[in-house]
Amino acid sequence: MPTESLFTPLAKAQSWVTIDYEGHQLKVPQGVSIAAALLASGVRHSRTTPVQGANRAPFCMMGVCFECLVEVDGVPNRQGCMTLVSDGLRVRRQLGARKLAPLCAEGDCDEN
Amino acid sequence: MKTKAVDLLIIGAGPAGMSAAVEARNNGLSVLVLDEQPGPGGQIYRNISNTDAQRSQILGADYSHGRHLAQAFLASDIEYVAQASAWQVTDQKQVHYLHQGQSRVAQGQRLLIATGAYERPMPIPGWTLPGVMTAGAGQILLKSAAVVPAGPVVLAGCGPLLYLLAVQYLQAGISLAALVDTSRHSDVLSGLRHIPKALKGWPDLQKGLSLLATLRKAKVKHYRGATALRIEGSAHAEALSFSSRGDEYRIACNLVMLHQGVVPNTQISWSLRLQHHWQNDQLCWQAERNAWGETSTSGIFIAGDGGSIGGAMAAQAQGRIAALAIACQLGRLDSSSRDKLVKPYRKALHRCMAARPLIDSLYRPRNENRIPEDNVIVCRCEEVTAGTVRSHVRLGCLGPNQIKAFSRCGMGPCQGRQCGLTVTEIIAASGNVSASEVGYYRIRAPLKPITLKQLAQQPNKNLNQELS
Amino acid sequence: MHKSKTVVVGGGLLGMTIAYGLALKGQQVCVLDEGDSAFRASRGNFGLIWVQSKGYGMTPYAHWTRQAAALWPELAGKLLADTGINVHLRQNGGYQLCLSQAELTEEVHRLQWLESALGDYPFEVLEPNELQKRLPRIGPDVVGACFSPMDGHVNPLKLFSALHHACQARGVHVLHNYAVDGIEAFGNDFLITSNARELRCEQLILAAGLGNKTLGAHLGHDVPVAPSRGQILITERIEPFLDIPTSTVRQTDEGTVQLGDSAESVGFDDRTSTAVIADIADRAVRSFPCLANVNLVRAWGALRVMTPDGGPIYQELSHAPGAHLVSCHSGVTLAAMHALRLAPSIATGTALPELASFGLGRFSANAEVHHAH
Repeated sequence: MPTESLFTPLAKAQSWVTIDYEGHQLKVPQGVSIAAALLASGVRHSRTTPVQGANRAPFCMMGVCFECLVEVDGVPNRQGCMTLVSDGLRVRRQLGARKLAPLCAEGDCDEN
Repeated sequence: MKTKAVDLLIIGAGPAGMSAAVEARNNGLSVLVLDEQPGPGGQIYRNISNTDAQRSQILGADYSHGRHLAQAFLASDIEYVAQASAWQVTDQKQVHYLHQGQSRVAQGQRLLIATGAYERPMPIPGWTLPGVMTAGAGQILLKSAAVVPAGPVVLAGCGPLLYLLAVQYLQAGISLAALVDTSRHSDVLSGLRHIPKALKGWPDLQKGLSLLATLRKAKVKHYRGATALRIEGSAHAEALSFSSRGDEYRIACNLVMLHQGVVPNTQISWSLRLQHHWQNDQLCWQAERNAWGETSTSGIFIAGDGGSIGGAMAAQAQGRIAALAIACQLGRLDSSSRDKLVKPYRKALHRCMAARPLIDSLYRPRNENRIPEDNVIVCRCEEVTAGTVRSHVRLGCLGPNQIKAFSRCGMGPCQGRQCGLTVTEIIAASGNVSASEVGYYRIRAPLKPITLKQLAQQPNKNLNQELS
Repeated sequence: MHKSKTVVVGGGLLGMTIAYGLALKGQQVCVLDEGDSAFRASRGNFGLIWVQSKGYGMTPYAHWTRQAAALWPELAGKLLADTGINVHLRQNGGYQLCLSQAELTEEVHRLQWLESALGDYPFEVLEPNELQKRLPRIGPDVVGACFSPMDGHVNPLKLFSALHHACQARGVHVLHNYAVDGIEAFGNDFLITSNARELRCEQLILAAGLGNKTLGAHLGHDVPVAPSRGQILITERIEPFLDIPTSTVRQTDEGTVQLGDSAESVGFDDRTSTAVIADIADRAVRSFPCLANVNLVRAWGALRVMTPDGGPIYQELSHAPGAHLVSCHSGVTLAAMHALRLAPSIATGTALPELASFGLGRFSANAEVHHAH
């Protein structure tokens, strides 16, 4: 994860939450979208495309472009700009096409 | 899950949706407003209810203006569901929407679509690289999260929003590496033809001029008439190169914000197969509407930028106008009262729209930034280039739907929002035909992501029986 | 006035397949296609090359379908050689998943009927335990399945693209935005009119889907085709999980999953209906619970070209010799037969004996009606 962030908070936030991003603990302002939180935390790209594996980052921030897809609490392909952060949220990069949850021994392969 | 049946069902709580809701409620209609954001305001007044003094000051008076409307909206007993995304809309005026992970259905006697605009795609080389985003995205980060660029940022393209964001960033103390302006001198000259008509819209023009004056005073590097824009970089943006007035430039930067105007969000209106026409001054599709905002399907109305681009004040007037027409249709208002009440809104609308032709003409996006060269990706989801689209045109594809079937262009999750206009214009330019002859994608449900489980658990499989 | 030896009316999968077959025989062909917003049955296809239970109650159709599946590798090979496009033909079999005992009983009954009618007709009936071994992600609601090694699938978009490229490479002339509004037999020729344009040809192939009804009427024939709406859902791309197609859930080589197989008689309405797409989603999730949280990307309706008995119609028109009527709803499954058997027989004027069973005449008698998809 690059340390040099392209974005910064305008002022000190009044309250913070901690999210887990790829195993890193990120302290982010409460009430912002996942996409905003990642951009302000120095995440340069938050997904790779399923076709060519290209790096992508949030682009429109209003739910239109689907460039901000991330895995949220184990659920792939969530729109990061349309989902608000909350304490303990686990976020991962969306790498290529959606993965299915591994098969359980009992054959129940439902996700979460 | 009980089906809601209301007099007026509104999709979108931006300026058009909020003012229509308030007006309709004032006239005794039951109103339900569905909106996908956490708070009312739409994109223009995004997060208006939670903005502190510092941000209000940065964002300016036009933004703060939205606070009164949002307050009136929230104070009335309008039923308002936030974080509700409409994934299917039917011509029976039913809206299927997702809320808290479940699909629900709402039913209106009348339906108002007030889904606003989004930014016109600006497909230039490198526009898919991380570090490139829209100016609107930059502004949303400021409004919704108080997040701003950490280092110098390059703003590129044209249109009032680009200048507004530049000024807002200046107010916030952000350093602007450059403003790379693609509008040109000849545009100004061709715009002059509209001046007499536009004088009524002088306040809007004056605002634009004062933004430019502020930028000049702050000594922002403003490159005019920029062409051949290209974002360089392999894994992320490293520089923007371009030509301006005969000179070549390369500005090193990791953050580029692009903008070349906004276009109506027509996803719902196309999915309903309403009649649309190509508006050549604004280079976009518009749903056909009468003077009250009613579309080709009776009982379905559109107000605001989702119909045609006019800005927040025009959207508010249109919302009022549509609400009055609906109140009249539902028998809450006789037509003479309606006609009397509508007068100030018609006047306001007229005033707002007066400067439009000049603005459209001044900031008409360049052909090269709408109809890109072969190697530029037009469909960001499926990574389809302009060259691939053209090769299928040569094979005989006449329209976007054939292009889609042949190339997967427009088949990704954004449902063609980022490539639709580009594809129509590429086909039109290749065949030397008009965009209206070429047409648009057939837009299908789901308009917003829905999982198979949510769809399978759809509550009202036999909705019509339940309603009767 | 333009003159062409052979004109194919209809630039969908069916028309382009026949045009390609004619071009392979060196015939000079002109295809007339409509515009971007035409009703296109081709768009609603599921990409299956499906044999199991096809032709139930109609033995010749069952034979014809099996031959088509067997010929498919040859067609895919020719397309690859002509265009370099791999249509992703996979013929590793297919499953019909049953969510109730009644469904399973009905399916087994059909397959047994076909087995007795055709003799050699390989299929297996699988209990849940066995099915689980072969399709580990199958859901507990699936009570059983039929498997046939004869089935398979292709990428229909790539097939369509390959046909267009191959036709172009072999000199087929495609006229676009050419909605035919009149056909007349003129001596040994046909005169085709479209919006004040005229075209003459010696040989005419009507492959215009539902449009064949009107076109047939121009030449004095009643063509009993009617729209049957199918709705199809497609998901976002997911990692490969289902190599072998089922009749209702199929993963494409691109990773998207197609769900479908509804049938409704709703006239010329190709929109989706919430109830039907919800049922399709429900069935898919019960079949494969791992799809529950997968996002739907698109749902659409398309109009199949349905004949009263579900079988294809191949008929040289008695009132208009030289005009051939081709109507069917299995444009993908039967593509190889259309390109490599039907088209050559039309090109050389040598009637295929099998075709006798697929004429219009069968509808004038009170034939028993079966709908085997």
